[in-house]
Amino acid sequence: MAAERMTLSQFLAKRRGRRRPDTSDLLTYLYLTVGTILMFGPVLWLVASSFKTQAGLVKYPPPLLPYQQVQVEVDGFDKALPLFEVTLEDGATKELAQIRRVGIEARMIDPANPEAGEITVNIRQRSPVEEVKLAWENYLDPLIELDNFDFFTYLKNSVIVTSVATVITLVINSMAAFALSKYQFKGRDAIFVLFISTLMIPITVILVPVFLVITSIGWKNNLWGVIIPGAATPTGIFLLRQYMLTIPDELLDAARIDGASEWHIYWRIILPLARPALAVLAIFSVMWRWNDFLWPLIVLSQNDYFTLQVGLNAFQGELQIQWHYVLAMTVVTLLPITLVFAFLQRFITTGIATTGLK
Amino acid sequence: MRLLALFDPLTRPLMLLLVTAVDRALTPIQRRVGIDKMGYFFVLPNLIIFGIFVLFPMLLNFYYAMTGGTKLFPADRPFIGLGNFGTLFDCGDFLSPNSCQEDLFWRGIFNTIQFVVFQVSGIVFFSLVTALVLNRKIVARGFFRSVFFYPVLLSPVVVALIWKWVLQHEGVLNAIVEVFGGESTRWLLDPNWALFWVVFVSVWALMGFYTLILLAGLQSIPPELYEASSIDGANTWQDFRFVTMPLLMPTMFVVLVLALIRAVQMFDQIYVLTGGGPGTRTQLMVQYIYTTGFSNQIQLFGLSAAASMVLGITLLVLTLLQLRLGNQSQLA
Repeated sequence: MAAERMTLSQFLAKRRGRRRPDTSDLLTYLYLTVGTILMFGPVLWLVASSFKTQAGLVKYPPPLLPYQQVQVEVDGFDKALPLFEVTLEDGATKELAQIRRVGIEARMIDPANPEAGEITVNIRQRSPVEEVKLAWENYLDPLIELDNFDFFTYLKNSVIVTSVATVITLVINSMAAFALSKYQFKGRDAIFVLFISTLMIPITVILVPVFLVITSIGWKNNLWGVIIPGAATPTGIFLLRQYMLTIPDELLDAARIDGASEWHIYWRIILPLARPALAVLAIFSVMWRWNDFLWPLIVLSQNDYFTLQVGLNAFQGELQIQWHYVLAMTVVTLLPITLVFAFLQRFITTGIATTGLK
Repeated sequence: MRLLALFDPLTRPLMLLLVTAVDRALTPIQRRVGIDKMGYFFVLPNLIIFGIFVLFPMLLNFYYAMTGGTKLFPADRPFIGLGNFGTLFDCGDFLSPNSCQEDLFWRGIFNTIQFVVFQVSGIVFFSLVTALVLNRKIVARGFFRSVFFYPVLLSPVVVALIWKWVLQHEGVLNAIVEVFGGESTRWLLDPNWALFWVVFVSVWALMGFYTLILLAGLQSIPPELYEASSIDGANTWQDFRFVTMPLLMPTMFVVLVLALIRAVQMFDQIYVLTGGGPGTRTQLMVQYIYTTGFSNQIQLFGLSAAASMVLGITLLVLTLLQLRLGNQSQLA
């Protein structure tokens, strides 16, 4: 049993060569620590800040945690009153609730003993009593009452674009990859080269003509205008074709002898076998579509059709940035991707490492 | 994945119906054309979308670049030949953007060059160091790999907002700087600092991707080589210099070119973070294409298309460079 137990330092120092940690190990962990703070710190700071009230956000230097002033119910008052710590004339301190402030004086009352009556205090003698409290209203208000930021609509649009586009991409890319890897027909290689040669040509280079096509079809301010143009991804074709090449042709021939149609072979044999590659492409596609910005920005000019990214940009670009809402909505926007990452990171990292594509 | 199975009772029958319907429709066609020609059918949906939204626009872009006016439909646009390129390249002195008719275009080019040089060297350096560190025998390697990779997945808008919040005047960075006795700064309003932060933030957001590629490259180096070099008495630096570096070169090259191609196209992060400012200090080429064609009151589609062709040619040259040198490094 004793051999299985290890102190933390032994565990940290444990290494294959059984040598003691040296300077290079020290530097390694120093780099990793600083790196972790730099990479995660700003995101954590965003999340922590998103729970602060509007008043809490303008405080400088900013406190680490979201503090809010304590409010107390006092008999005889309809609304809860803010609590202060007051230094009295005799030097003693007492927690008093403020009824109202008049100039530099505040009318206070003792919540423990309301019958004692009002006490007048100079405002310099009081400081707010605070507690750590999460301002959930930053998250809940945008769902109901902001007129210039229709969060639910944006979320709905983003979900529609992401899911529909991913399904379409998976279907048409896998069909094309199947054709390009398993059939002999005239022009096959030319078509493949044509697809792949656009791998390095981003939509940025052809913005104007694609915009014309979209406008002619009538897809301006229409989610289809965002979904369809990027659906035929060269990345997906490349990824799936390379994977399908490894599926033995004998399998297809056997199915044909059993009387399966070509569509049947695609649906029942190729798709199930290509599942790992499909999973990687699905994750990529969700990432691309959820995060897409420039193209939706051009196609969608009406508030009702904004995706989250476009809506968030418009909202943060206003003259008076309402940071408490912007921060909360940024957290909501990064949440799905973070969850996808947390559960599927193995797929993502191996997918990228093997294809070199993002 | 298991979660999706919950929807099975709902989607299964629907799917089955759909698949059988397609199968029914296809069987007579397959009987007529034979097996191999079915390839055309499978490639068709992708080919149609590709043709309409990629191939056709690519050809149309040439025409746009040679027309003027502010109308969108090609028939309404007067043909002006190379006029747009003439406007773009109308410069008294190519080294000073102020002397150019389209000074914003040239500023965009100069800013892009600066940005690309700093950002790509930053990415190559930091992703190499990070990959080397992560390749060592360290505790919780998976965790640290995720830490450096996580920002890659965030949207450019989110990344920009995270940093805008950190960098704002009453922000946490200034608070930290003041704790260490420094002076608080308006980071994004000072021209030099703005450029620095734009580069920093994009390195922050993208380096994890390249780290991953380099890590894969490092792990494909056979360990026997290190055993051999340790028998020869090589120290850590010599290991790195004479074993790791030469074998990592092809991967480094891929990283360099990919990073270059991406950096030239940089837009969204900077657009949200600084809007191209202060002034036009961080306005890059793609932002010029976007503002000229889409966000200005007068939409000069022809000029925008011409500028995007300049961008396209740049990307083409970089890609060809990759293919050319990539083949060479494989031969070597």
